[in-house]
Amino acid sequence: MDSVLTVNSLTMNFGGLRAIDSVDLEVRQEQIVALIGPNGSGKTTFSNCLTGIYEPTEGDIFISPTPGGRRRINGIKINRIAEMGIARTFQNIRLFSNMTVLENVMIGRHCRAKAGVLGAVLRGRKTRREEQEIVDRSYEILVRTGLADQADEPAKNLPYGAQRRLEIARALATEPFLLLLDEPAAGMNPRETDELEELIVRIRDEAKISILMIEHDMRMVMSLSNRIIVLDYGEKIAEGTAAQIWENPDVIKAYLGEDFHGDA
Amino acid sequence: MKASAEFIKSFFISLWFMLLTFPILVIRVNTIEKVVEWRWRNMAFIGIGSFLLSFVWRWLLSRKEKGRQPAETGNVETLPLGRRLLAEPRIYRPALTALALFTIAFPLLFSSYQTNIMTTALIYVMLGLGLNIVVGLAGLLDLGYVAFYAVGAYSYALLNHHFGLGFWAILPVGGLLGALFGILLGFPVLRLRGDYLAIVTLGFGEIIRLILENWNAFSFGPSGIANISRPGLFGISMTLNEATIYIYYLMVALCLFTIFVVNRLQDSRIGRAWIALREDEVACQAMGIDKTRTKLTAFALGATWAGMVGVIFAAKTTFINPACFTFMESAMILSIVVLGGMGSIAGVILGALILILTPEYLRAFSAYRMLLFGTAMVLMMVFRPQGIVTNIRRVYRYGTKGKESRPAQA
Ligand SMILES: Nc1ncnc2c1ncn2[C@@H]1O[C@H](COP(=O)(O)OP(=O)(O)O)[C@@H](O)[C@H]1O
Ligand SMILES: [Mg+2]
Repeated sequence: MDSVLTVNSLTMNFGGLRAIDSVDLEVRQEQIVALIGPNGSGKTTFSNCLTGIYEPTEGDIFISPTPGGRRRINGIKINRIAEMGIARTFQNIRLFSNMTVLENVMIGRHCRAKAGVLGAVLRGRKTRREEQEIVDRSYEILVRTGLADQADEPAKNLPYGAQRRLEIARALATEPFLLLLDEPAAGMNPRETDELEELIVRIRDEAKISILMIEHDMRMVMSLSNRIIVLDYGEKIAEGTAAQIWENPDVIKAYLGEDFHGDA
Repeated sequence: MKASAEFIKSFFISLWFMLLTFPILVIRVNTIEKVVEWRWRNMAFIGIGSFLLSFVWRWLLSRKEKGRQPAETGNVETLPLGRRLLAEPRIYRPALTALALFTIAFPLLFSSYQTNIMTTALIYVMLGLGLNIVVGLAGLLDLGYVAFYAVGAYSYALLNHHFGLGFWAILPVGGLLGALFGILLGFPVLRLRGDYLAIVTLGFGEIIRLILENWNAFSFGPSGIANISRPGLFGISMTLNEATIYIYYLMVALCLFTIFVVNRLQDSRIGRAWIALREDEVACQAMGIDKTRTKLTAFALGATWAGMVGVIFAAKTTFINPACFTFMESAMILSIVVLGGMGSIAGVILGALILILTPEYLRAFSAYRMLLFGTAMVLMMVFRPQGIVTNIRRVYRYGTKGKESRPAQA
């Protein structure tokens, strides 16, 4: 299997603080890779580096959207990276809260459409067809993520779990090859978590999207991930399968006081 | 228990007000007879007045709180009455027809003085709709909007003065120059956020005005430019009265054009991107939207409109000088957008008509104009911060839903 994302010794400094310390990571096609670690260990910073929100201090990020098409994306603007096919969700939900659920997903389709100001004003055949395609594709994604019933609801009216799903739906609308989920199960009840788990598996199997997932819910991490990477104070302290990580004494020590096994 | 607490609160407020106003409203030194007058009656008025007002104020606030609760908890949200009426074709069709007939008949029914006032109001409708793109849709606080208005007005005035160019030739030129200035200013400053953007645009507005005031060789300084040609119509010569009516219809047509364009824009890919950018910049970029380009488009389009309206303004008044383009104008246009309801076309039109026409027809209160204006604004911000008309998101046709369309919150 080809790798879609390769990160080589990524380092990120904030002034004197080293939030990420030469971390290597690889995501292969149609894999689910989990990035775990105690709070403040640099997981969100890592995903911000991948999506262009921060420019990494050192290291290389390579993506291969198509087999063989390898390209370095350090320092490329956020929206360009999204266009290239890395989509993400946010740890602290960032929906367009006054827009409807459907419109939120439609924004995700923005980068796959072309109509400009003139097209909008004249609204010719091509623009109308493109608009309808945006609507139809977005609705289809809502159906697949189980949000179709709330399509016309303002996003802020959704329950918490549905808002997290909507973030995923919106990210899917950009047609990514790699989906980055930052704590997608945070604040969900067990039933919502189960539904989420099933959704993530479906995204991988049906849409053939590789997934890098940051998550605290150990049960979900253990059951979904092909591989797990553990960060602590910005350093990678372990990497392996669920079973290997579960028994790793370094990991247990890093989580001490956070009740690593108790979470599961 | 509750009522007595409210009572005591209001009592202390009135006491406080009486104390505050004591030196200016109660004591008066009569310098002629060299005695001090004690006007205790004023104190009583202040006391009773502030007591009652504070009661009413808190009653309104508590009502507002109550009104908000069902919206947050419940799903039984019904549409406001006005909205339901407007959703009914049997009601809005005749209403629109009546409105259209009234608009067409206006110059025939009223004097040319009234027509002139209405034209001014329509100019502000157009300005408001233009700024609405920038502030209402894209969420960029632009306090120097009047600068682009000035650019349009001066481009017509100068080109007309020096080269005798006509209104119709310059109308698009004014728009283009507005856009050019919009891009020139927007490019460096659009990376700034909120307050900083507001300050820079405010400064820009003042710079343009000061240049116009001081660069005599170019702009004729504070004395301005007079004898600007009115808009022509195939070379027909018109009396002043006819010209007034002609400009009125011209303005109606341009307003309709503006409404058409803005309406299409806000229901488009670009319009959605503006609104999303206003809601959350980072998420927007992470969805692949080019922040700088999208903002710049909004800024330039807003400026285009201001430029065009500037040309019309110069042609209507036939005289302009830098004093027409002070910060007060920017503030006025911004108030129209905020009062009417950000992002809502109907709201902005309503806001413009209210803010421009009320002072004209309430000349009797002209001394209190600013006071009333300020009070209205404060009350709006407290009780209805979303503006008179709330913007309702459009509902799209998709999948199984077929042809019927319904309002978003039903
Ligand atoms: N923009 C920033 N500026 C300065 N320090 C930051 C910034 N973002 C994150 N950090 C720091 O980097 C460290 C890692 O944070 P974060 O990536 O959010 O951790 P996690 O997501 O694993 O909980 C923390 O110490 C945090 O304070
Ligand atoms: Mg985090």
